[in-house]
Amino acid sequence: MSDAALVRMTGIVKDFTGVRALDGVDFTLRPGEIHAVMGENGAGKSTLIKVLTGVHGHDAGEILLDGEPVRFSSPKAAQAAGISTVYQEVNLTDNLSVAENLLAGREPRLGPFINFRAMRRRAKELLDDIGIDLNVAAPLSSYSIAMQQLVAIARAVDIEAKVLILDEPTSSLDRDEVEVLLGVMRRLAAKGTAMVFISHFLDQVYEISDRMTVLRNGRLVGEWATADLGQNELIGHMLGREAAALEQIERAASAHRVEDEEPLLQAEGLGRKGSIAPYDLTIRRGEVVGLAGLLGSGRTETARLIAGADRADSGTLRFEGRKVGGHNPRTAAARGIAFCPENRKTEGLVGDLTVAENMILAMQASRGWARSIPVARRDKLVASFIEKLGIRPADPDMPVKNLSGGNQQKVLLARWMLIEPKLLILDEPTRGIDVGAKADIQRLVAELSADGMSVLFVSAELDEVTRLSDRIAVLRDRELISVLQDEADMTSERIVDTIVAGGRES
Amino acid sequence: MSPYAKRLMWPVVILLALVAVNIAATGVDFIVPSVNDDGRLGGAFVNILRRSVPLLLIALGMTLVIATKGIDLSVGAVYAIGAAIACQTIMDSSDQGAAGTVLTAIALALVVTAVIGAWNGVMVAAFGIQPIVATLILMIAGRGIAQLITGGQIPKVEDTSPFTELGRGAFLTIPIPIWIAALALTALALLTRRTALGMLLESVGGNPEASRLAGIRSKGITVLVYLVCGLCAGLAGLIGASNLGSADANNGGLWIELDAILAVVIGGTALLGGRFFLLGTTIGVVIIGTLEDTIINVGLSSQWQFTAKAIVVFVVALLQSPGFRAWILKPFKRTPQARVEAPAPAKAEEAAK
Ligand SMILES: Nc1ncnc2c1ncn2[C@@H]1O[C@H](COP(=O)(O)OP(=O)(O)OP(=O)(O)O)[C@@H](O)[C@H]1O
Ligand SMILES: [Mg+2]
Repeated sequence: MSDAALVRMTGIVKDFTGVRALDGVDFTLRPGEIHAVMGENGAGKSTLIKVLTGVHGHDAGEILLDGEPVRFSSPKAAQAAGISTVYQEVNLTDNLSVAENLLAGREPRLGPFINFRAMRRRAKELLDDIGIDLNVAAPLSSYSIAMQQLVAIARAVDIEAKVLILDEPTSSLDRDEVEVLLGVMRRLAAKGTAMVFISHFLDQVYEISDRMTVLRNGRLVGEWATADLGQNELIGHMLGREAAALEQIERAASAHRVEDEEPLLQAEGLGRKGSIAPYDLTIRRGEVVGLAGLLGSGRTETARLIAGADRADSGTLRFEGRKVGGHNPRTAAARGIAFCPENRKTEGLVGDLTVAENMILAMQASRGWARSIPVARRDKLVASFIEKLGIRPADPDMPVKNLSGGNQQKVLLARWMLIEPKLLILDEPTRGIDVGAKADIQRLVAELSADGMSVLFVSAELDEVTRLSDRIAVLRDRELISVLQDEADMTSERIVDTIVAGGRES
Repeated sequence: MSPYAKRLMWPVVILLALVAVNIAATGVDFIVPSVNDDGRLGGAFVNILRRSVPLLLIALGMTLVIATKGIDLSVGAVYAIGAAIACQTIMDSSDQGAAGTVLTAIALALVVTAVIGAWNGVMVAAFGIQPIVATLILMIAGRGIAQLITGGQIPKVEDTSPFTELGRGAFLTIPIPIWIAALALTALALLTRRTALGMLLESVGGNPEASRLAGIRSKGITVLVYLVCGLCAGLAGLIGASNLGSADANNGGLWIELDAILAVVIGGTALLGGRFFLLGTTIGVVIIGTLEDTIINVGLSSQWQFTAKAIVVFVVALLQSPGFRAWILKPFKRTPQARVEAPAPAKAEEAAK
């Protein structure tokens, strides 16, 4: 081939102990193109990126950059060669400020000292550029994971790069932020920057990419121009089976209406200063209540008060008719309230522990340390959930940090389903999950609620919320502004309208 | 190889290497136990084990504390307190030989040191003080407390008191301290691995926030672990004092916290918390004990001790670093790649023809 490839990877093999993550994969990136890498959870997308950028060494194969063979020893070396990357798991320093994170390693200087004022100014410009407004002097950890993701993107975009790699950059973003990001990508493409884009949102992929490379089980399925590959064909290539899975989601959505069931949980004036204004919310047995709103509208904060993850400073909470006192994650779990937090890496999983240990953690915690779960029972439970959720590799003894992002999410889900809660609070449960698995999880939520479990469902994806929910609480500016309950109101448009109107009508 | 076996591999290799050096220097007598005239086991290696027992007890407790992302700097001072309480109680009694006296002294020492340990835990878990600071307080104050107990003197226990059996005696030919160490190791292993305590500890150390949200009682667990650590230090102090027949508030167990931390690290438990390895720590302790003899056996002066320890730490740390291991193993790992790439030049040659 003689077309000028910017990056050409051929025959890439990557083995982890016991798992072949990449098996003879070829990948070509041409100047100025936006190239999507597609595949199920665990297909090897992130690994391919990590091999290219020197996070992992490869066991066989060749990488050419501008026709020269390269083998980067670290992401830093890759960056020096013009490859800038936003990895799937946000990799910034929590307790440094936003500005420091944005400009780490290339701070403006005054002689030997860092010029903090110039640094804050530069950081502000960078963020303005991609249209977000943050206090650049605040520690990064004070912002949500979505904001952190945007900071990571702003940082990568700023570095003058020939190649920009974005591994699931949009997984926790809202429509508006996604639009901003896609706009930035188009601008860069026009300037000639080549981009690799990984996302499980097919509409975004179709909107932005020129080409796609599809992986399945660590093998290359093929490379297509986006215009030549229909959505159903793509899903077929990704899953290795027909695209039937997607249609099933719609059917799972035949959500049953719960009208007269007694309330399971009632929040009255529940609130927390600086986090969420006092709100009233009722969840009935077997009901799926969705929380919708824009980024930073207080969805997570609302859920955390009910979960006992944060302490409310006003209002009361009733569960099964009784007033709840001394609410914290442990007592909540004992009552049957389970909480799946949005940030699986920092709040969800214990990376060094195995898949099995992570799964049984909540159940074990509720039994106390002295009564360990009998091995046979534990193995059976773990095996059944690995099977039910399709976790791959199906190895209960693998450290959970070695799993792909989507599979980690499933492990976290399993942890809470295992304790058979009465109320399951899911904060962004389908983040980073592939189309097939997303359908599985949505179906699961529908099934669980049909069996009488109540679910509080938080998601940035309005389609998902409307499809699953019996009622939808809409939030804006850290305030619950309206609860939509008519069947006819369960549409994305209606939610957006409500947010725009500020809840005054309805 | 299981992850546990993998972690243990390098410490075991180093220990074997040290033993080999000693055997080369002094003959197989180094490792083969001899039977003393009184029917007790002796010999160089048995003595190393016997001498290492106080350090082992402390290092085991330290392992659990470190697994929670903590550290306990006060163990040396707690050792001194345990020793002081026991010796002073016995000295103050009318009959040093009475079993009741000795048992009271031991029980009192253990209860007090356990309470001190729990206090460390409360400061860390309930008051949120950083472990290194919280335990530093007692590291400094503890020896003062021990001096108050002994009134600034060094209490001595008569050689005839049964208390001295704890450090000097033997049961079924095997020295009593070794029995105590074996029992403590077994008890802690059962406590952590037969219950869920070990996993919950690793969870709290590995990700405290995730553990909290999973509903783990991390405060209770933290206090328990510091309590066990204090108890281990107290027991170590008893054995040390019994062996010497006296309690020195200033020098008993001096700097033992550093050796304990060293042993934990050599044994493969990361200071960052999470996974812990009691067996690894045990091997670490034996390595440290053997090292001291090795220096003398190969004819170096004892001033080399610290340097040699530093070198061992350095080597172990290197071997445990994934980066260094990958670098060292590179020549071996290249083979599969060479195999895959081999046909390529051949093709190129064909193309050239
Ligand atoms: N450090 C590691 N050690 C062992 N196995 C690993 C490691 N990293 C990844 N793997 C395995 O390699 C395979 C590919 O993982 P990868 O993260 O590349 O998937 P992915 O396509 O990015 O999936 P996702 O969409 O879920 O992010 C998985 O089976 C995973 O378990
Ligand atoms: Mg990935």
